[in-house]
Amino acid sequence: FDPYPPLRRRGQLAALSIAAVVIIVGVPLWWRTTETYRAWLPVSQIKDLAKLQLHLSADVEVVFARGTVTPEQQKKVPLTQTQDEEHDTTLRYRYETKYRTATIMEEDALKKPTAAEADLSLHMLSESPCGSLVVYVIPESSSLLPEDVNVYIGQRRTALVRISAQMRVGKTLEQLLAQLEPRIKQVLQVMSFSHTDITVALSDRVRFRPGNKESIADSMRAFKSSPGYEITFSLLNPDPKSHQLHWDIEGAVQTYIQPLLTKLSPLANFSIDSQTLYYTMLGVTPRFDSSLEAYTLNADSLAHVINPVEARLGSNAASSNPVLNFLLYVPDIRHSPLYIHDHRKQEVPSNAFHSPRWGGIMVYNVNGFYGSETEFPVHVNINMAKVMGVFLAQLRLLLGVQSLSPPPGFLVAPCGSTGLADWELDRLMWSRSVENIATATTTITSLAQLLDQIGNIVINDNIAQQVSSAVTSLQLAMAELEVGNLGFALQYSKEAILASEKAFFDPSLLHLLYFPDDQKFAIYIPLFLPMCVPILLSMLKIVSEVRQRRREKQAKKE
Amino acid sequence: HHQCVNGWMTGCVKRFGVLKRYTNTGHLPFKNSAGQFFSSGHTNNWAVLVCTSRFWFNYRHVANTLSVYRSVKRLGIPDSHIVLMLADDMACNHRNPKPATVFSHKNMELNVYGDDVEVDYRGYEVTVENFLRVLTGRLPPSTPRSKRLLSDDRSNILIYLTGHGGNGFLKFQDSEEISNVELADAFEQMWQKRRYNELLFIIDTCQGASMYERFYSPNIMALASSQVGEDSLSHQPDLAIGVHLMDRYTFYMLEFLEDIHPASKTNMNDLFKVCPKSQCVSTPGHRTDLFLRDPGSVLITDFFGSVRKVELTMDAINLTDPIKQMEENPVNGEEQKEVYSYADQLPVSEIIHQKPKQKDWHPPDGFILGLWTLILLVFFKTYGIKHLKHIF
Repeated sequence: FDPYPPLRRRGQLAALSIAAVVIIVGVPLWWRTTETYRAWLPVSQIKDLAKLQLHLSADVEVVFARGTVTPEQQKKVPLTQTQDEEHDTTLRYRYETKYRTATIMEEDALKKPTAAEADLSLHMLSESPCGSLVVYVIPESSSLLPEDVNVYIGQRRTALVRISAQMRVGKTLEQLLAQLEPRIKQVLQVMSFSHTDITVALSDRVRFRPGNKESIADSMRAFKSSPGYEITFSLLNPDPKSHQLHWDIEGAVQTYIQPLLTKLSPLANFSIDSQTLYYTMLGVTPRFDSSLEAYTLNADSLAHVINPVEARLGSNAASSNPVLNFLLYVPDIRHSPLYIHDHRKQEVPSNAFHSPRWGGIMVYNVNGFYGSETEFPVHVNINMAKVMGVFLAQLRLLLGVQSLSPPPGFLVAPCGSTGLADWELDRLMWSRSVENIATATTTITSLAQLLDQIGNIVINDNIAQQVSSAVTSLQLAMAELEVGNLGFALQYSKEAILASEKAFFDPSLLHLLYFPDDQKFAIYIPLFLPMCVPILLSMLKIVSEVRQRRREKQAKKE
Repeated sequence: HHQCVNGWMTGCVKRFGVLKRYTNTGHLPFKNSAGQFFSSGHTNNWAVLVCTSRFWFNYRHVANTLSVYRSVKRLGIPDSHIVLMLADDMACNHRNPKPATVFSHKNMELNVYGDDVEVDYRGYEVTVENFLRVLTGRLPPSTPRSKRLLSDDRSNILIYLTGHGGNGFLKFQDSEEISNVELADAFEQMWQKRRYNELLFIIDTCQGASMYERFYSPNIMALASSQVGEDSLSHQPDLAIGVHLMDRYTFYMLEFLEDIHPASKTNMNDLFKVCPKSQCVSTPGHRTDLFLRDPGSVLITDFFGSVRKVELTMDAINLTDPIKQMEENPVNGEEQKEVYSYADQLPVSEIIHQKPKQKDWHPPDGFILGLWTLILLVFFKTYGIKHLKHIF
């Protein structure tokens, strides 16, 4: 007795096989075709990087000239010391100090009449790699430094420190070094990285920690680290009928600005252009001051000068790099001469002002070049050296070279013709490397978090590759910083920034589709419900029949 | 998710979680005579003004956006820092009785179109995708500078949206919509990449308050023209042009802005009072819990204008070298110039001789599959399966 007639059995088999096909073949197929392609990202490495434990290291060489150490002390030299300074468990500064005595040639160099010449000849002897410092300790009998100055900071990477007799007589080497240490530390604060600089560079990540006012003003004034900058020099001539201005901008840029930019080339690429604008007024009416027989602009009205002018300035449409604008304004004949006054009604010697993260404006008066009886228009040759001196100073400030007030007893050499001392470049490189590393880490971490949160975004292979290369570059940069190779660290940090920005701003990462749950149901139900209902019902029917048969069997047994 | 409960003075260092709440317990310690340098923390201003609706009867939305554009320009933000998106061209619309004008006051008092309007995204370019791309910065590399929002961490951005909206969405071009969740996510991505210092979000649509309900990023202040469940109404129809010219909320907001000049000290609390229920019929709303500063200390010009911070240059570098003379090219005295030319705009010869592109093979459509299944079913029904072995 066959409980199931053959037709019945065939129907059951059909239902079972359809259900099997749907579950075994259909569901995985649907899953695979609707999942988004997500390439693998090194998430664990990114998490490690997010802790951002920076270890900075600087090499200092302390050279004792003749007369500073006694022969017994000299026996213990050369000597190497390492000092660690920890902040917040995430920052560690290491100073590797090597002590040695001066060579004959260095002694000769230190016998030069002035400190500047000594600096130059010491530089001829050996060039220190970037990131390192050499401090020459000279006896009090030396005539290199004036009376009240104890420390001279040169244009390159050397400093001269004078010690007094009581510091060295009758002391052991350790005591001498201990006495010297605070002075060396001061020099390091000026010439190498300081904790304030590093925290300002990291201010992106720890935004709301209020530092001191100067550091915040500095961080607001300087442009953020970018792979390239555009510099535009504009000559504003509101009165071409009276003044025919001629400026040798190409020569001036080549002579005065280009050396600085070449020196800064490890940091970023610079592109320079220039333009002349006619009939562009300042937008603020200056006031006539009869006591000075001149027109004045006071500091409060300067803020409103920039906007009307900016609408007329062009910019390079092709690049998205930040633009630094330097404007040279020659006042029209009816408002000449024009002077800028500060809050205390004193004249500003440079007759110029600058705006943070924008650029600078200088007012150049030409009324002194001609008398009242001349024929108009007057041909005027602009003194580019004076103009570029001001623009160079503004460019330094806007790029982040801070002019710090040195501690008392310090004499800082004026920066050379390039406009930038080597140790200033080092400081800039330290803070830029740290800033780049911090920014790249933040970008990568937020990208990883974003991709994790939003499951619908497709992660292409090129994005995964950019992320991996950014992670590698970051690890290399941090390793180089730890060792003290500043040049390589900066280069790797730049690569890391480029790769991370490329990955983050890739156009394919736009999460456009947000599906609320009711919309998802509304799409799937008409597709799958008609198919699933017959299958489910037949399954239920099979199950109930099997149960019934079992019950009958049980009943038969008894 | 992290909850940063203590005030920001004690330092909320770990910022990578989705920060849900900021309690505004601290205040800025450096309000002093050094001017406004530290009080607002921004160095430049940007504005993103979007009109999302097309068709002639939505004239008022274009007029709204252009009026805000005009005010923002008057108060100092240059065109290079404004991204203006207009979904339709009303000035040159066939139905405009006064071509090349867009009026915002009846009796044609004020033409907001003028002759120096720079529209960055026009017509069909105004889509949800482009709007989000502008905000997040994920534009293709060929996008020109004027179409990008190149803000940095010291930029204050004003975002103004107008159009037709509903509870939780804003309609773009009558065919797609942006939801409040997407907008909140876009702002969070801007915050993660530090693309703004502070953000002011103004929306003039029906049920506008629903659009800012989901924001969770810090430093955002939001204003809307109506609450959830309310409609924003339009203001004045002009009988000569035949459509409504402005929406009420924007109209009264613009009256308020006309009194602001670049040096004025009016603050945000006055902006919140604009257009009370008696004038607007709907209830304007605002949201300031995500904003760190007290709204009473925020100037209108912090967002609508562009007041630059200025420092006097105290140092100059003494340059003594004479200017180097540029070397002349000894060959012919003239500089070698590269000659550029445009690419051939219509390469006819290429088009004529082009082979048709190989299209990728796609599996047959659902319709064709269904059709064939039907045919097979009918076939087997009529002939029965047991006859299969005779046929094949």
